[in-house]
Amino acid sequence: MNRNARMLMLIASLLLVVPYFVPIWEITLEAPQYPEGLGLKIWIDTIDGLNPRDLDKVNNLNHYIGMKEIVPESIPELKLMPFIVGFMLIFGLLTAYFARPALVYSWTVLFIIVAIIGLVDFYLWEYDYGHNLDPTAAIKIPGMSYQPPLIGSKQLLNFVAISLPDIGGYSIFIAILLGVIASYTTFKSSKNKTRISNNETAQDADSGTTARRTATTDKLHAGPGAHSIRS
Amino acid sequence: MEKSSITKRLGMIGLVITVAVMLAIACATQKKASLTDGSAAEEVYVPPGSYDEYYSFFSGGFSGQVTVYGLPSGRLFRIIPVFAQHAENGWGYSEETKDMLMTSHGFAPWDDAHHPELSQTDGVPDGRWLFINANNTPRVARINLSTFETEDILEIPNSGGNHASPFVTPNSEYIVASTRFSLPIPQKDVPISEYKKHFKGTITFVSVNPDDGLMDVAFQIMVPGYNYDLAHAGKGPSNGWAFFTCYNTEQASTLLEVNASQNDKDFIAAVNWKLAEQAIAEGNYRTMDVDYYHNYLEHGSRTTISENKKSVRILDPASVPGLIYYLPTPKSPHGVDVDPSGEYIVGGGKLASVIPVHSFSKMMTAIENKEFEGEVDGIPILKYQSVIAGEVQNAGLGPLHTEFDGKGNAYTSAFISSEVVKWKLGTWEVVDRIQTYYSIGHLMIPGGDSQKPWGKYLVAMNKITKDRYLPTGPELCHSAQLIDISGDKMRLLLDFPTMGEPHYAQGIPASILQPKTTKIFPIEDNTHPFVAKSEREAGVTRDGRDVHVKMTTIRTHFAPDNIEGVKVGDRVYFHITNLEQDWDVPHGFAVQGMNTAELLVMPGETRTLIWEAKKVGVYPFYCTDFCSALHQEMSGYIRVSPRNSSITLSHNAQR
Repeated sequence: MNRNARMLMLIASLLLVVPYFVPIWEITLEAPQYPEGLGLKIWIDTIDGLNPRDLDKVNNLNHYIGMKEIVPESIPELKLMPFIVGFMLIFGLLTAYFARPALVYSWTVLFIIVAIIGLVDFYLWEYDYGHNLDPTAAIKIPGMSYQPPLIGSKQLLNFVAISLPDIGGYSIFIAILLGVIASYTTFKSSKNKTRISNNETAQDADSGTTARRTATTDKLHAGPGAHSIRS
Repeated sequence: MEKSSITKRLGMIGLVITVAVMLAIACATQKKASLTDGSAAEEVYVPPGSYDEYYSFFSGGFSGQVTVYGLPSGRLFRIIPVFAQHAENGWGYSEETKDMLMTSHGFAPWDDAHHPELSQTDGVPDGRWLFINANNTPRVARINLSTFETEDILEIPNSGGNHASPFVTPNSEYIVASTRFSLPIPQKDVPISEYKKHFKGTITFVSVNPDDGLMDVAFQIMVPGYNYDLAHAGKGPSNGWAFFTCYNTEQASTLLEVNASQNDKDFIAAVNWKLAEQAIAEGNYRTMDVDYYHNYLEHGSRTTISENKKSVRILDPASVPGLIYYLPTPKSPHGVDVDPSGEYIVGGGKLASVIPVHSFSKMMTAIENKEFEGEVDGIPILKYQSVIAGEVQNAGLGPLHTEFDGKGNAYTSAFISSEVVKWKLGTWEVVDRIQTYYSIGHLMIPGGDSQKPWGKYLVAMNKITKDRYLPTGPELCHSAQLIDISGDKMRLLLDFPTMGEPHYAQGIPASILQPKTTKIFPIEDNTHPFVAKSEREAGVTRDGRDVHVKMTTIRTHFAPDNIEGVKVGDRVYFHITNLEQDWDVPHGFAVQGMNTAELLVMPGETRTLIWEAKKVGVYPFYCTDFCSALHQEMSGYIRVSPRNSSITLSHNAQR
């Protein structure tokens, strides 16, 4: 694992701090009666409103169509998620520290799997809320379900529901992307190394170039103040 | 042949030119006419979905309430119930609000509200509160401008006809009150003809707590038994003083229209309230046993606390030298208005042919030099010539009130000649005048009685409308007229009818009030003793013959909505908690045969109505405010059984 890949892993890990402070996902509901906006914000450990009390408003509206009440405390995933992200964060930091290619590969693959499970799980919750409706609901439209989209927008009666990642979600995606890039460069350089070790004569010249390049990159990335940090 | 054709041609050209000139003149004239009308319409037009530039608050006069209009559109937004019961939302009927109208004379469900006054900070309206006086049973009220709700009503003891009220000092330290009708103080059984001997007036300073706005009678000044009519506080250099007009210095007790109009000059009383504060601090006052009420809203339960108070501090001018000076003012003066600089004190001598303007600095010099022409009850009377700054000549007939634009101009309403007269401070020359339709009383410029007027619009408030609107039988609306005062010439822009009889009004930029409007009352902050914060807390309990129903509302049902086991002779307290936490979702409540009024319950609050179970049967109740698509379904029943029935009290709220 080269210096760049380690740096990427460090940044990826630190990006995972973001979802503890800002929401991961946002579902907005647009209708003429709500000029001030209405929507839900999904955080790492809870669900709340775009505006204060929006969750109550959404639950109240949903009772017309017989949708179950959204109670954040009863969703176990919201209890698990802080630990899962926390695990990935620490795992990422260890990867950056120990700089083992095996670690960066497994971090990336594991995180992709976790992310896919998360999205599928989110979809299933949405499906459950949108389809599992109280048969005694006041408003019943044959064939109509109220599942919000995973990503994108959809007309649900008088509302346009728009579902998009929020800053926390984007941070996770970027972290995964950085993991992929780190894995790729690690994979490439390890292949390179194999090739170089097979060709002893080229090694000196090549490693010299790498060293020079690294120094230049460091300078470029360090910026002002870097000196004081190092000294 | 050729010649005649040339003549013809010339003739034709002449004709064409003549027609063209005539057309041009016609066009120009027409253009002028259409410009005036067209742009006036544009200037007051607020397109759908757009907001007005100003909030304005009009007193309702004999309606007892305050109305809120937008300017420049003249659109009515709300009636704020203040001194009169308001069946529309249960104000003065519900258990939480009825004590607001409690007085030492008992429950007073009506009054005559005259002068709205915005609270000020540094002499400028700050948008925190609106004060208004009750003229009949002397009181002052405070309206919160976040909730647009009356939350404080204070009775003024030792007073009759609280007209010169509730004008505010530059930092809302005090609002003032006084006696338009003098009385025997303390009240006693005396012959009315012995007015001069027994009748006294009071000038009252009501303190306003800067944190929560709660009002209290700070002190009263005992004054000669004249009719104290209007007031305004000094500002800038004259801060620390307040000015009160008075008429009937003749002290007539009958046929005042003649007997109180004999003296050439009456007075403006200049009251040094900073000196009064000092006298109070030094203990130079006496206390008097009185009986008055202070009613105010407790915020958690949103329920009125009603306190009966028994004592007041009295200052006597004779024992506090320098407390009051009288400024002679022609003739039965009505309004007294202090210009934004604080130097000029304008008297509205309603029977005078001029507008007298006193100078504060001249007044201070005259006091220093003791330029007095007499004294009444220890109050020195200053010489007219020593205090007068100027007289506005040809100022219209019956000048009443003056407001200011902050650009050196004053605008005076002239009741008899039905006009607004614009004149210049300092030169006293009349520079413009505009007719009103008809018989203008007060006028208002947003901030026009403060240190920083927003001098763009002027509103004239007219007493008579006769042919101005479609007739509605013998009783016609009063009206407001919006006048553009941004240019040299005043321009009439709009007429609009008003509620009750607006005496005075206040205006403030929307940008100050709009952002701080209250949208809901957080349910978690509700401390009402009978709140049900969820349907699980709803229920019915019996306490002797009183049945307490803790009922919730949420779109679109009541919980409980079936109540049984109530018996003839029971008093049923419906405590309705609106569980909604969304803006603009009130629920209403009414039950058949109710002898009071309905309830409108705002999100997060609890309101209570009493319903007497009089006859055996099953009675419906329902939501009266169209709240959702299933509003018509929002109803329920209460069953009343015979007194000796063995049916136990029950309900169907979820547990």
